[in-house]
Amino acid sequence: MVPDDRKYSQEHEWIQLDGDVAIVGVTDYAANELGDIVFVELPETGEEFSQGDTAGTIESVKAVADLFLPVSGEVVAINEAVVDSPELVNNSPMDDGWLVKIRLSDTAELDALMDAAAYQDLIGG
Amino acid sequence: MLEVIGTDSVDDLFAHLPAEVRLDRPLNLPDGLTEEEVRRYFLSVARKNHGQDELISFLGGGVYDAIVPAAIDPLVSRSEFLTAYTPYQPEVSQGTLQAIYEWQSYICRLTGLEVSNASMYDGATALSEAISVALASRRKKAVVLPETLNPRYRRVVCTSMKGEGITIIDAPVGADGTIDPQGLAAVITDEVGCVVIQNPNYLGLVEQVDAVGQVVKDSGAVLVAAVNPVSLSVLKTPAEYGAELAVGEAQPFGIKPSWGGPLLGFLACTDAHKRRIPGRVVGRTLDNRGQNGYVLTLQTREQHIRREKATSNICSNQGVNALRATVYLAMLGTEGLVELGESNLTRITALKETVRGIQGAALPFDGPVFNETVVRLDKSAQGFCTYARRHGMLAGIPLEGFAGCGGGDLLVAVTEKRTGAEIARFGELLKNYLESPTEEVTS
Amino acid sequence: MSNESCPATEVQAQRWNATLPASIFDKGAPGRRGLTFPRWDGQPVEAQLPKELCRAEGADLPSLSEPEVMRHFTQLSTLNHHIERGMYPLGSCTMKYNPRVNEQVVALSGLADLHPEQGPEDIQGLLEALDLLERSLCELTGFAACSLIPAAGAHGEYLGMLVIRAYHQSRGDEDRTEILIPDSAHGTNPASVVIAGLKPRTIKSRKDGRIDLDALRAAVSDKTAGIMITNPNTLGLFENDIQEVSRIIHEAGGRLYMDGANMNAIMGKTRPGDMGFDVVHLNIHKTLSTPHGGGGPGGGPICVAEDLEQFLPGPRIARQDDGTYTLEKVPGPDSTSIHSYFGNVGICLRALAYILRNGGNGLTRVSECAVLNANYLLAQLRDIMPVPFDTGCLHEFVASGSRWKEEFGVRTLDIGKRLLDHGLHAPTIYFPLIVDEAFMVEPTETEPKESLDCFVATMKSIYQEAQTNPELLTEAPHVTPVGRLDEAGAARNPDLRYLGPCNCG
Repeated sequence: MVPDDRKYSQEHEWIQLDGDVAIVGVTDYAANELGDIVFVELPETGEEFSQGDTAGTIESVKAVADLFLPVSGEVVAINEAVVDSPELVNNSPMDDGWLVKIRLSDTAELDALMDAAAYQDLIGG
Repeated sequence: MLEVIGTDSVDDLFAHLPAEVRLDRPLNLPDGLTEEEVRRYFLSVARKNHGQDELISFLGGGVYDAIVPAAIDPLVSRSEFLTAYTPYQPEVSQGTLQAIYEWQSYICRLTGLEVSNASMYDGATALSEAISVALASRRKKAVVLPETLNPRYRRVVCTSMKGEGITIIDAPVGADGTIDPQGLAAVITDEVGCVVIQNPNYLGLVEQVDAVGQVVKDSGAVLVAAVNPVSLSVLKTPAEYGAELAVGEAQPFGIKPSWGGPLLGFLACTDAHKRRIPGRVVGRTLDNRGQNGYVLTLQTREQHIRREKATSNICSNQGVNALRATVYLAMLGTEGLVELGESNLTRITALKETVRGIQGAALPFDGPVFNETVVRLDKSAQGFCTYARRHGMLAGIPLEGFAGCGGGDLLVAVTEKRTGAEIARFGELLKNYLESPTEEVTS
Repeated sequence: MSNESCPATEVQAQRWNATLPASIFDKGAPGRRGLTFPRWDGQPVEAQLPKELCRAEGADLPSLSEPEVMRHFTQLSTLNHHIERGMYPLGSCTMKYNPRVNEQVVALSGLADLHPEQGPEDIQGLLEALDLLERSLCELTGFAACSLIPAAGAHGEYLGMLVIRAYHQSRGDEDRTEILIPDSAHGTNPASVVIAGLKPRTIKSRKDGRIDLDALRAAVSDKTAGIMITNPNTLGLFENDIQEVSRIIHEAGGRLYMDGANMNAIMGKTRPGDMGFDVVHLNIHKTLSTPHGGGGPGGGPICVAEDLEQFLPGPRIARQDDGTYTLEKVPGPDSTSIHSYFGNVGICLRALAYILRNGGNGLTRVSECAVLNANYLLAQLRDIMPVPFDTGCLHEFVASGSRWKEEFGVRTLDIGKRLLDHGLHAPTIYFPLIVDEAFMVEPTETEPKESLDCFVATMKSIYQEAQTNPELLTEAPHVTPVGRLDEAGAARNPDLRYLGPCNCG
């Protein structure tokens, strides 16, 4: 069920490495829990964050979730497509609905994140 | 009913309340009255008051003695509007929702801005909320307020800013009673995220909006305009001078003053701020049958979802009053609105003319005004109010202590309701007061 | 029961013979007017104002005659459910009937036409009435002083928090900034705390939604400014340990705030002041019958203990020995100003009319009947919709639709929507969060037995439908002017002002 080509956070984000850049999105499970996503607010490229910082918000019709960054680093890209069409996060949370790309400042942080099996346990089933 | 519940008495239903906190005596309130007795009580109370139906009123300062068209009361007292709940079930609330959408549309057309909310408690709370939105958008912690801001607005803003840890900086006002753009530029420091302009200001003067707008634009701060919406019939719109948010008090649009409440604050903004503004917002969408319909939207801004992360705790709107204003504007139309503006302008011009001819009275600021002006007396303004009141007139608001005003300064307002005879009477009383020995008129 | 006496068991198609009118911005024609102004031949605008101060173009508003305006808004009105049409079983909202005499008296000349800058000499009658209301609310709540200024419940919460903050600051207790809030509280509570410059700290509730005393003891400290509790709580249950809560908070140096949203359950039975609270707000648009108006204006006066009166905002109404009334300025720094003037005075007067009409005994009876009605409904609905915390129902109860979801695949939302087809309003749903598929019912005292029976019969008939034809529920409502609306679409592409007949593509 849960792809094993990436890592996962307690806050239901996925992190996929591409060199020293991490692509961050929310998991299929999180997108489902939120329901119809209507607005995504993302940081500016160039902004720097520490692990656990709030870098944006994801709003559905009746809920709002903060985007907690699971890793520290500099924002090198944001997904403009989800800003224009927030439903992308519902339709394709694990691929086209990615949110930000972060140049990692500390790769060791990745070790503390969950692998697919551990995340599968977290969400049950 | 008790049998169905399975209990012997209504008292049993309260038996689980801890005995120590039970009220062991009847409430110490009078016995209930009949409807007729209630009516008589209120009649007796009302007769001890003297309102603007009885007195000639030149009071303003944000609330005005404006005409209320007869169409409004029968419409808004319809139970369908008056007793309906907040439109959380849109399928059975389209009347309320479409009316709010139309109110929002009217406010957008008046202010030139793109978004309006469903209304706020009053102009002061609307301003306070708009400043919070502006500062949040710039992530800054200081706001500039003009010295000539309505003092009642300033007080409410100060309370709110204190809670949020915001610094308030005063914008200097020039000798002409309007904001000095150069002086303003000098006080906009790096911490400032928001500058407020009130137009017309509390002295009734129309600000040099373009110059102020340019200074604020160059600084990168958000310009918030507090405006009398009636003046938008003729004055430049907040959008035209670069304001990103506009607020104000819409009481003159068909709402009786009721000693200051309930009033009708409005809040409008550019598209960029739409997901930050407080209060309710109605949007148009489609239903599952493919028809147009209306619904409360952008609800994630509301505190019942954001809880402690909410930036406002407001969870109501002045629904009935927003409806009153919407009906009022519907009765006016484009031409009616212009005529309303002209009516106010013409009457204040006439009042100024009247004052100019009176020995001992002056107009200390001679810039353009819309419906309100400062009159400076050689004698006490408070004394004149007392004198005029004895002759059935509410002459204005004494300004002593406000923005450098002295004991002779009086804020005088007109509306479309004032007649030529009433303005002439104002001049007559003013003349008599100024000519009489002080002891004679104040004793 | 026959359908004749209970029309709501039938679908109400004929009653919703109503469609949305065209936008007012597409109506009228140039030259039409609903309102003209007394003539005055003055100079045109251009001669009185410099061009650079004037708007470039007149505001583009539709031009309608008075009859067109009347018809537009009358047609709009037919699209609304309202209290004179049918029941609102809305838990926590207390949608009772709004007596018409209230509306009549506040419209009187001598009340409605008072300008807020008019001083005490012109408003002796008004001050007498407002003073009477303040004293009546103090008696109802068991407190020493009252401020009528808050314009809504949330506004009352905000003022109450400012008062508690000012109290601690006056004692040099600047570090007392934490307000404890049970996790079952309404979302407005923590929001009010934050905007007053205080910090909410959530405490977990017990499984039954009541306050967990152990969690409370563990949470208090020298940072505790106070606690904010709704009593009866959001499940409609009385906090039986309230005196112990009061002792713990007061010993820790904090003050107790009560959200009075549920006062309709306890008038004349118990009072916040007697329970150990220090501040309470009343929702007069709930408990004291002022109209909801489709969302406002309401009123949220607060009552406070004697030592907190000094922190209430001015002006304060004072009765003199000679029977006259004055308006007193508040000494010292004003840190609790929340409104331009004196709040929603016109709404407060309606509440006074209601109190006078009922009297002390009448208000007590209001709560008795509200509690009786709720228990009567609960007794008959329990079988089809269980109530997880079925102990001590007062004026409302929270049932759970989880069985309907499991057995028939219909959600609480669907039940609510189906009620609309039957000419009733939906109850409060999905609140509080601690009940799965929450379905919160509050009938109020103004529903007669026949109306309650009708609600029960309708619920039973919907229960049958859920078993035999669940689509009737999941696709409901069917006969309302519009069907379920695309809320996600509305929020993704907000269409918030009129630009044309349809820009909703």
